[in-house]
Amino acid sequence: MKFLTECKADATADLVYRACPMHLLEPMELIKDLKPGQVLEILTDYDGALEDIPAWCAKHGQEFLGISEDACGDCYKLYIKKQSEEKS
Amino acid sequence: MKRAYMDHAAATPVRPEVMEAMLPFFVERFGNPSAVYDLGSAIKAVMEEQRGKVARLIGARDDEIIFTSSGAEANNLAIKGLAQATFLKRGRHLIVSGIEHHSVLNSARFLEKFFDFEVTFLPVDRYGRVDPDRLKQALTPATVMVSIGHGSNEIGTVQDIPELVAVCRAAGVAFHTDAVATVGQVPVDVKELGVDLLTISGPALGAPKGIGALYFRNKLRLVPQLNGGIQESGRRGGTENIPGIVGLGRAAELAWQELDETAIYLTKLRDLLIAGVRKHITHVFYTGHPEKRLPGHASFCFEGIEGEALIFMLSSRGVYANTGSACASKALKTSPVLGAIGIRPEVAQGSLVFTLSRDNREEEVQHVLAHLPPAVERLRSFSPVWRKKMTEAAGA
Repeated sequence: MKFLTECKADATADLVYRACPMHLLEPMELIKDLKPGQVLEILTDYDGALEDIPAWCAKHGQEFLGISEDACGDCYKLYIKKQSEEKS
Repeated sequence: MKRAYMDHAAATPVRPEVMEAMLPFFVERFGNPSAVYDLGSAIKAVMEEQRGKVARLIGARDDEIIFTSSGAEANNLAIKGLAQATFLKRGRHLIVSGIEHHSVLNSARFLEKFFDFEVTFLPVDRYGRVDPDRLKQALTPATVMVSIGHGSNEIGTVQDIPELVAVCRAAGVAFHTDAVATVGQVPVDVKELGVDLLTISGPALGAPKGIGALYFRNKLRLVPQLNGGIQESGRRGGTENIPGIVGLGRAAELAWQELDETAIYLTKLRDLLIAGVRKHITHVFYTGHPEKRLPGHASFCFEGIEGEALIFMLSSRGVYANTGSACASKALKTSPVLGAIGIRPEVAQGSLVFTLSRDNREEEVQHVLAHLPPAVERLRSFSPVWRKKMTEAAGA
């Protein structure tokens, strides 16, 4: 897992406290609206996201940039860089 | 026998237009909106259409509406959901007014008991209004939220929410209002009120029991109180009550179209009822604010009688009203709301609340006025307390 100290995002999906698998479903929708090269930030308190998000990126041809700890410690921040239109 | 049903805060018949809209969704259009095939996705589209109708009624965005099973559930989700989502960052202090619905008061007490919250129960004035200065004084750096109802179903007073929100906003504290009594009766716009969370009940609009909604300002985090799947974007588990949601959507659509005329019509009936009571009955307190009140709400306390006896006597003549909230009334307890506005316990015993709807007619008000004064007089004639009072008054 790559840890990031700082990462600027073009859009944010706040999935904190929301039921699994919203941590996959909402980012899948939001990334459609981004242009290649833009970054999506995902906020989640779901531990399983640490495996699911990189795996989803690998499967769908997106670049998983890494993770940073939220300053307040109540959620994870994960970053995806859009590479191309999503492969379904 | 003629009938005058005026207890709409307790239960309201489903409007025929609402029933008609709901019917296809019990048998023909039964699909689960989470299903990916067309039987499901079509229902999902219908559900989102209803969300838009509810949002429009209160000036919200579609994605700021969560469907719930009731107003009570919406109050639970708002208060417990927001408190649990924010207490680690802000603290464990919550403020509610002393005249809130049980679903608000008991959600606060739940947090007090199981999450070590400190709850401030704010006093109200003789009309049931919260003083913004008292609210300001009650705020602490640990306050996570404030919950004060928009309108009181017991005394009819409509609270000045923007004034109270301004106090909270200055302190960065979230504000929830239970608007079950007001949505559909008076204009309710979440942006004008400035609230972060707002509760709606389906039955209050002529939708069936078992459906409600919570408005939550976009981006606000809530801890789900009903854990399950991804329904309501992962904020409230459980397969959606589609017939109920369709009913609420249709009822919201009708309420939006009819809002101005509803308020005018209900105000006329209410004022007729109040004027009649004042003309024909002495020793009566009119509870709640005289002007800033719900259009379809008239509430009284009659000295020298017990409200329950009056309810039974009136119901035998086809007049249906309540002594206060449906729950408190059944427990035969003196209303804490009436206590909070300073009504003496012996007077609060004689509480009678009329909640009107568009279904009521002027003839029904006349029916009430024909039966209420003699019923009060008869009950007073049985009362030794009343006789003593009258004897003393005559001797004075």
